[in-house]
Amino acid sequence: MDPVYLDYAASTPIDPDVLDVMVDTYKNVIGNPSSIHSFGRQARKVIDDARHTIAKYIGARSREIVFTSGGTEGDNMAIIGAALANQKYGKHIITTKIEHHGVFRTCEYLENQGFDVDYLDVDRTGRISLDQLKEKLREDTILVTIMFGNNEVGTIQPIREIAHLLAGRRTLFHTDAVQAFGTVDMDVKDTPIDLLSMTGHKIGGPKGIGFLYIRDGVHIASFTHGGDQERKRRAGTQNVPAIAGLGKAVGLVADDLSDRIADCLKVRKTLLQTLDRSDVDYRINGNPEHFLPQILNLYFPGTHVETLLTKLDLEGVAVSSGSACTAGSVEPSHVLTAMFGEGAPETQSSIRISFGAGSTPENVAEAGTIIARSVRELTETGRAGERL
Amino acid sequence: MTQSPGHTRVVVGMSGGVDSTVAALLLKQQGYDVVGIFMKNWDDTDENGVCTATEDYDDVVRVSNQIGIPYYAVNFEKQYWDRVFTYFLDEYKAGRTPNPDVMCNKEIKFKAFLDHAMALGADYVATGHYARVEKRDGKTWMIRAQDQNKDQTYFLNQLSQEQISKVMFPLGDLEKPEVREIARDHHLATADKKDSTGICFIGERNFKDFLSHYLPANPGEIRTVDGRLMGRHDGLMYYTNGQRQGLGIGGPGGPWFVCGKDVEKNILYIAEGKHHPALYSQGLIAEKVNWISGEPEEKVFHCTAKFRYRQKDRPVTVHILPDHRIEVVFDELEWAVTPGQSVVLYDFDACLGGGTISTVLNQGTDAELDFVDSAQI
Repeated sequence: MDPVYLDYAASTPIDPDVLDVMVDTYKNVIGNPSSIHSFGRQARKVIDDARHTIAKYIGARSREIVFTSGGTEGDNMAIIGAALANQKYGKHIITTKIEHHGVFRTCEYLENQGFDVDYLDVDRTGRISLDQLKEKLREDTILVTIMFGNNEVGTIQPIREIAHLLAGRRTLFHTDAVQAFGTVDMDVKDTPIDLLSMTGHKIGGPKGIGFLYIRDGVHIASFTHGGDQERKRRAGTQNVPAIAGLGKAVGLVADDLSDRIADCLKVRKTLLQTLDRSDVDYRINGNPEHFLPQILNLYFPGTHVETLLTKLDLEGVAVSSGSACTAGSVEPSHVLTAMFGEGAPETQSSIRISFGAGSTPENVAEAGTIIARSVRELTETGRAGERL
Repeated sequence: MTQSPGHTRVVVGMSGGVDSTVAALLLKQQGYDVVGIFMKNWDDTDENGVCTATEDYDDVVRVSNQIGIPYYAVNFEKQYWDRVFTYFLDEYKAGRTPNPDVMCNKEIKFKAFLDHAMALGADYVATGHYARVEKRDGKTWMIRAQDQNKDQTYFLNQLSQEQISKVMFPLGDLEKPEVREIARDHHLATADKKDSTGICFIGERNFKDFLSHYLPANPGEIRTVDGRLMGRHDGLMYYTNGQRQGLGIGGPGGPWFVCGKDVEKNILYIAEGKHHPALYSQGLIAEKVNWISGEPEEKVFHCTAKFRYRQKDRPVTVHILPDHRIEVVFDELEWAVTPGQSVVLYDFDACLGGGTISTVLNQGTDAELDFVDSAQI
């Protein structure tokens, strides 16, 4: 049996149409987009077209899109850039306890640099409370950074409500949309978000490219200095073929967002039905209403996440715990810890399954059968071990 | 077990060193379904975020890719702390000199890790230890390694029949230089990596500094075996029998050697000259004795023993006592036998098992040396 890939939240295979565009760009577009000759103009057109496609999809203007190397760079640029540019108004930042490390550790870094950071709690489904956000807001709050959809448990935050709550204030609102982009409709015209970061490789685009949306009128400090590219907000020659690929990938999302959502929901249901039929004990970690369709985080009581992940890989099912590794070994997830408490069994016994373009009811059912069997074997040996 | 190698899954405990790398390579060459797993047993992340485990794991990643096997990691920090490190500290508190490697093999590498491997569908686990496992008369025996200089059966004396029947030691028939040679021939990234030394969780750090983080040092008197006050010690835990360095005793006479401790009175006893009678003993009592291939039928028998790693075998007579204890009587006087260390018994090439030295018997030939018995029981 070929291994089944169910870790699309970590990275997706590149869409063949995207690859075609990139290969074509590598072959035929040789100039530097900043050059004034015909070759330069040709390259410039490629990135402008991509910028236009992206801007149109999220309801922005082209000049509001800055290309980055991906989600983490976008998060760093937005948060540090906003903090440095606005420190004259205050040094208070609000984020959550369940952010991706790209945001979480950037906030910790700023804390070490003398900024004051509040980390909002989440409930057992992974949602923040707007009331707590209101309580924490201060006169000197310069930035609120809250992720759109969580990468581990898939919970979607009340982004629209947060954006409107902050709309009348000087406080900037950044959202890390890396995981939500591609399965959630997002429109920065309707929802007054100031800064939004995303990456290409979660939506069938290439790795190493992404963008940061910066609302017109929002000033952030730049931390790459050099040429005037990206309206001086990110110096350095643009990665033209990757940008072409990103534009294509976003264009494809725009064309069939609702199909993608439906496909994910379908295989998600297949997986849950397979588990139900096999009579294995599990619970879903996440919010039953506000969730990303491609992410399914499951708690299997009595298993140990490291053993389960290793066993599943050896059996040909690639899933993840969604959390960080040190020296290859899985650390308890800060997201599950925020949801269930320090040392809670959910933090020791949960895995993340995520779906994408290559997920079919057939291979997902097959994976579900293997997952159920593995969980059963591990919990049985576990019980046998206790008896001894 | 008549399965073909291709259908036999062997999980190799990989440390990132040359020995476990070559163990994995040899098994792979023999056609086994090899899986490499790195154990993270200790968090030594320093203030710069640097951790030796990360570097070792990076080596596991590189060599696993070279060999062509899947690799994973598993975290046993909690088990190591509870079952090895706690014992280590408790032994020091009791004035003994523990052997954490013996306990790590018993509780972690061949228990927690073995269980983990079995849960992953392993038929065997393998490590880069220098030792051999052989089936003889329906039992599994632990046999000394080909390389007598590297033989590690001393550290494996606490393993049970059940444990060793699931173990492979691919390096047992090789000499260490051959192992390095194989690694070089295959251009393995760890071919010239330095062997790890000392206790794994202390590494290259200063032992005294390390221990002082976990145990309060209680300074006290240093006395000769005939009661003369000679100086002050920094805490009994920093000294072990036969130790010469770090006593800080100047003046005429010497050299001075540690020959015993009185934990209750917090006195360190020393003796003058390497061949002072107080440094010699005639026998020992060991507890928590494990018989790898079953307890011998005779209650009194003659065999050979080691009281420390890499020591030459000594002829001894063993008396099996109740409660997993043995009395070991030496054919000849033995120098600096140390409570807390392992006594390991051998019948020619077979390692019979061993136990923890609890009491050293008839230390010294002088009647006035009775202090030791009261101090060390």
